Amino acid sequence: MSPDAAEVRRRTRELLAAHPPATTDRTDFLKARFDAGLAWVHYPVGLGGLDAPRSLQQVVDAELAAADAPDNDPRRIGIGLGMAAPTILGFGTDEQKQRFLRPLWVGEEVWCQLFSEPGAGSDLAALATRAVRDGDDWIVDGQKVWTSSAHLARWAILIARTDPGLPKHRGISYFLCDMTDPGVEVRPLRQITGEAEFNEVFLSGVRIPDSHRLGPVGEGWKVARTTLMNERVSIGGSRIPREGGMIGPVSATWRERPDLRTHDTHQRLLTLWVEAEVARLTGERLRQQLVAGQPGPEGSGMKLAFARLNQEISGLEVELLGDEGLLYGDWTMRRPELVDFTGRDAGYRYLRSKGNSIEGGTSEVLLNIVAERVLGLPAEPRNDKDVAWKDLSR
Amino acid sequence: MTATAQPPATPDLLYSQDEEDLRSAVRALLADRADAPTVIAATESDTPYDPRLWEALASGIGAAGLLVPEKLGGQGASHREAAVVLEELGRSVAPAPYLTSAVVATETLLALGGDDGPAAALVGELASGARTAVLAVPLGTAPAGSQKATASLDGTVRGVADAAVADVLLVPTAEGLYAVEATAPGVAVVPLVPLDLTRPLATLTLSGATGTLLADADASATAVRRGLLAGAGLLASEQLGIAEWCLTETVRHTRERHQFNRPVGSFQSLKHRMARLWLEVVSARAAARGAADALATGSPDAPLAVAVAQAYCSGVAVHAAEECVQLHGGIGMTWEHPAHLYLKRAKADSIAYGTAGSHRAAVAELAELPAP
Repeated sequence: MSPDAAEVRRRTRELLAAHPPATTDRTDFLKARFDAGLAWVHYPVGLGGLDAPRSLQQVVDAELAAADAPDNDPRRIGIGLGMAAPTILGFGTDEQKQRFLRPLWVGEEVWCQLFSEPGAGSDLAALATRAVRDGDDWIVDGQKVWTSSAHLARWAILIARTDPGLPKHRGISYFLCDMTDPGVEVRPLRQITGEAEFNEVFLSGVRIPDSHRLGPVGEGWKVARTTLMNERVSIGGSRIPREGGMIGPVSATWRERPDLRTHDTHQRLLTLWVEAEVARLTGERLRQQLVAGQPGPEGSGMKLAFARLNQEISGLEVELLGDEGLLYGDWTMRRPELVDFTGRDAGYRYLRSKGNSIEGGTSEVLLNIVAERVLGLPAEPRNDKDVAWKDLSR
Repeated sequence: MTATAQPPATPDLLYSQDEEDLRSAVRALLADRADAPTVIAATESDTPYDPRLWEALASGIGAAGLLVPEKLGGQGASHREAAVVLEELGRSVAPAPYLTSAVVATETLLALGGDDGPAAALVGELASGARTAVLAVPLGTAPAGSQKATASLDGTVRGVADAAVADVLLVPTAEGLYAVEATAPGVAVVPLVPLDLTRPLATLTLSGATGTLLADADASATAVRRGLLAGAGLLASEQLGIAEWCLTETVRHTRERHQFNRPVGSFQSLKHRMARLWLEVVSARAAARGAADALATGSPDAPLAVAVAQAYCSGVAVHAAEECVQLHGGIGMTWEHPAHLYLKRAKADSIAYGTAGSHRAAVAELAELPAP
């Protein structure tokens, strides 16, 4: 029988009693929390969970926050938590789950995602990185791009082509790649902000043991779809306060700097303030649906809404600042561990938000997904589904 | 961040089982009595309102008394339930004096307080659906704006919605709020030709009319503001219903309609327009529920929640109706197809109880984002 809220609360208090946060090392506390099944309560017993309803995680989080317990910094290990973990849980062998989930959740091992390629972005299944079987290993050659955290990552989820003679979706396999392998080369990719938040990753003769394959040979696309679905359902867990997003700094500037106000910017600010508040409520409604066990399709649209809002609000902010908007904080090439919009200046926000409608699926691809999967509109005819990958034009 | 920037409580944005049951009952009734050909035919007659439909909705289902406490003869429900009724009325654009009588007039009277007296008695009659009342102000009046009151029971008010079918007119004057029988001597209700045939307008002329004084000028102004606030807040749910119908029908049409040997709904440029509209509709739902819940719980955040919902939902309903006409092609321009009913209602609704612009001005005030 799955534990109820009272049981989960009791276990959380037991953990806190046995490992007082004030006197326990951060990593030790996180390991103890994982072993107590309180990392992600909806995961299986023995893998950081209690087989409990996902909604009960709120009970754990509230108790731990009240006790000022350390968290596992989900921003830093977001790819591992949000994408690698659910995929390993869904498709991994027992050995893989035991080996990878605990250090992933604790944050001892950071993950990155080796999916996109220079020639395969929105059309991800067109990827060209090859994996060729060699005894108990696979030998991987190719190039990946837009890889955040690659310079910090210990492990990567990787998709590669294992049979070019099959149509593109069917010849792909899914691997767990050791980023410390000598064939892996990570190069910073400098972006329009001046920073190198992403990387290019070159794979040359990388040997991956077959025991690090996830799912059957040739079924990597099916596995990858699990990863991608989890990528886009990143919103919904947490409450956003009013003015919690990018509308916050621009509203604050408006209040503090009457000298900057114009009638035109006032009208645009009010329109965007209303839209930001409505997006906040839409996210809150989605969250309430998830807690009530009735997840709605709104999640597919939230990324679209936030991408557009971030871009419009940050564009307004630069303009509102006038002469100051002509300046930029710092063009030095840096390699940030976290992308934090709120701690930066308006010019950075304007430039970085241009990526919001591209990363994790372009807005155009997401609109197709909403149209076809939510509204049930017919797909456009396509001519790449039954043709061997090697015969497609490139 | 300012003191008013934080909402006092997180609104409940979902629908309860009771609300879904109410929706089913209202939807079934409207499907039976107010399908599109019936509504179109009614708007061309002298009597757009179907009294049997009103009776079934108001007293059969009990929708007219949702806002009214049981001790005054109502259902003792709240704005959340009334909002669901308005979503369904928006979906059918049926002419029914629900928003004007069961919401605005009723809320105005409730704001006067008191368990007995003429206002309480009238609330009971409105709750049963036996009689209807309208607030005698132009439909475009915003809750936050300054209300013009006639000096006394002499004067003219243009553009009063549903006045032609109202039994009682609630007239704000410099002396206070009067209840005037529509058939009283000195009362003339002259129908206008409205853009939206499904919510008729009339000019009200009072010359030496008599009525019952319900409240003094101060109490009247407060009550009228509350009535208009509820009207504006729940109008967002009607706009949501309009937008939902328009999107659903447009998706249905573009899946079936073939051009260039393909369903037109398979063309990416059209799919993206409908997907964007879907996102607007789900966002409008969150905004409308936010306003309904804030009104239902008497939240101090209600004026801001209403202003946000109106500033957003007006545009969504109009956009949805305009896309509906466009994506139906030539069919969308015909009188037979109901798309025009939704376009006319949506456009009229974008002015009713304040334009989006006037609600943004309210946001400027409430969220402390002052004009230059």
